[in-house]
Amino acid sequence: MSKEMNPFYDPSLKKRHLKDKLFKYFTISSLSISLIFLAIFLGDMIIKGSSAIQQTYIQVEVSYNEKSKKSYRKAVERKYINLLSRAALREIPMKMKNNPSLMGTKKLVWMLADDQVDMYMKEYYYKIKSRDLKTLKALIGDSRVEKKFNTIFFTHGDSKTPEYSGILSAMVGTILTLIVAMAVAFPIGVATAVYLEEFSSHGKWSQFLEVNINNLAAIPSILFGLLGLAIFINLFGFPRSSALVGGLTLALMTLPIIVVSSRAALRSVPASIRQAGYGLGLTKVQVVKDHVLPLAFPGIMTGSIIGLAQAMGETAPLIIVGMIAFIPDSPSSIMDAATVMPAQIFTWAGMPERAYIERTAAGILVLLTVLISLNALAVILRKKFEVKW
Amino acid sequence: MQTFETKNRNRHIQEDMIKYALILAATISILTTFGILFSILFEAIEFFKLKSFVYFFTGTEWSPGTVDSKFGALPIFAGTFIITLIAMSVALPIGLGSAIFMSEYATKTQRTILKPLLEVLAGIPTVVYGFFAAITVAPFIVNVCNSIGLEASFNSALASGVVMGIMIIPVISSLSDDVITAVPDSLRKGSLALGMTKSETIKDVVIPSAMPGIISAALLGISKALGETMIVVMAAGLRPNLSWNILEDMTTVTVRIVDSLVGDQAFNSPATLSAFALGLALFVVTLTLNIVSVRMIQKFKEKYKMSSL
Repeated sequence: MSKEMNPFYDPSLKKRHLKDKLFKYFTISSLSISLIFLAIFLGDMIIKGSSAIQQTYIQVEVSYNEKSKKSYRKAVERKYINLLSRAALREIPMKMKNNPSLMGTKKLVWMLADDQVDMYMKEYYYKIKSRDLKTLKALIGDSRVEKKFNTIFFTHGDSKTPEYSGILSAMVGTILTLIVAMAVAFPIGVATAVYLEEFSSHGKWSQFLEVNINNLAAIPSILFGLLGLAIFINLFGFPRSSALVGGLTLALMTLPIIVVSSRAALRSVPASIRQAGYGLGLTKVQVVKDHVLPLAFPGIMTGSIIGLAQAMGETAPLIIVGMIAFIPDSPSSIMDAATVMPAQIFTWAGMPERAYIERTAAGILVLLTVLISLNALAVILRKKFEVKW
Repeated sequence: MQTFETKNRNRHIQEDMIKYALILAATISILTTFGILFSILFEAIEFFKLKSFVYFFTGTEWSPGTVDSKFGALPIFAGTFIITLIAMSVALPIGLGSAIFMSEYATKTQRTILKPLLEVLAGIPTVVYGFFAAITVAPFIVNVCNSIGLEASFNSALASGVVMGIMIIPVISSLSDDVITAVPDSLRKGSLALGMTKSETIKDVVIPSAMPGIISAALLGISKALGETMIVVMAAGLRPNLSWNILEDMTTVTVRIVDSLVGDQAFNSPATLSAFALGLALFVVTLTLNIVSVRMIQKFKEKYKMSSL
């Protein structure tokens, strides 16, 4: 039967099929665009951050004597001064104080190089005086310049000299802040979820609670910063920039995530478990505490880890409560001024020196690695403990 | 005769105490919401005692630093609006397209690989997006514009808008994906049986059915764009600029809030208090958007009698 004879033949069919194909290509390309962006973004960060793995060192003779104890500028030959990191040179008198036997000796030491020398070695844009550049090239010729693994980045706090700055103090600050946040948000969040799922009468009050928690999740994070500033700092008088204030602010932000995921976990525990408990004469609290909560626990943990990861990447509210202070030393308590990793990234991104760019990107890579591992942990936990009822 | 009496006679008191402790915990979330509302509201009222309420919403000059300081927030609202518009014109088509592909075309294995990948986009901290916008995207836009004879600012609204749009893609795609998947299969089968092509089925049957959910996703995306801070702080300008040219620098509500609170001003100066007035505007708008969004989703649920979404 030819097409023309077919009573169901639609002459516009070809056009419709073409449109069909085009539409499919549109959906595929929109998904591809998102994934291509992700690839470009990650690639860009890796390219920009990977050079921070190494840091340039120069081998120079350091003389430890009375003069250099007074002024670190006297410790090395004058022509090398501009090539070396000022922050590292400043440590020489300290080192002599701690180790008096060094006095009067001369030693060949690998000293940290200035950030401009480092930029030169990494073939970025650099600004070195022609006289210093000559000295540097001579040193390179003698193979007294070397790129070594950048331990400083992981063992030091922030510094005004880029080559001497690291993320240690920001990491410690992040850990302290998150401990405060989770110590507050986890019990309150789980308790709220238990109340809503197990105890509430599903009346007006719990409906109001539910709407309220939903809204809380949608409030822009910066407004939590305003709350932290107005209530925790101005009203309660907690110290500005401290991990305590930052942690409390983040706790309020994480609360809705924990409540929603804990409720879902509690709801997935079948009613038969509860009824069996009641059948054996247990009270409601006993049923919840000994049977429902343990069964829902993996789900609650998964949700909390996701909440933790989200709190870890949060910056805006912490800036408002002052956690972008310059913190060279790690905070030792939650009352000390502290900074967190995203805030450190923000501070470095605003620095004019070129050498901070690679440090910012490296900080981002560290942060992303931690975040992705946390999320992976959540997925693994879910897979491992998920029970199909 | 054996009795089944409990040894712990205080049990019911303990149970009640635990119940009240749980209620107390649940109240914290309400306290937080009202804490945010009142802490912003009171400071905003302080601000409006010093400066005109009407001029705040209609004035076009924003000069907090000068002696005769003026607080006309219209250019700030305009900047926020334009950057949000750019972000949504990136996020909506791409997010919706991705959602349609994942729910209608992708095989099960493709879905299990692609969905987490898209979610990685949602997990990237906004400060990282901000760095990317400022260091990579903005110079790229400036270079492209220079080569075609246009002039673009390094703090262009376009750079921060586009990157913000990418950040919002997963918000739109994951919620739209959920609602599109939730549309009953009988609707699709009915349409295909009538001889419609797959794309016609999607466009004329599935999408209209899922519309309330998609609108809800879009509203959530807008609310996210309005409240986004780090990307604009790092990549957009500080200068309030009333202009339609997306290649110029613009500022947003969130940028001004951060800017006025980070310095060392006295807490009761109008410059600092203006942050709370802007915060109040942001709070009211995002809360309204969220409430409408939740209503929309409820409508969708009722339509298809679903309980879990």
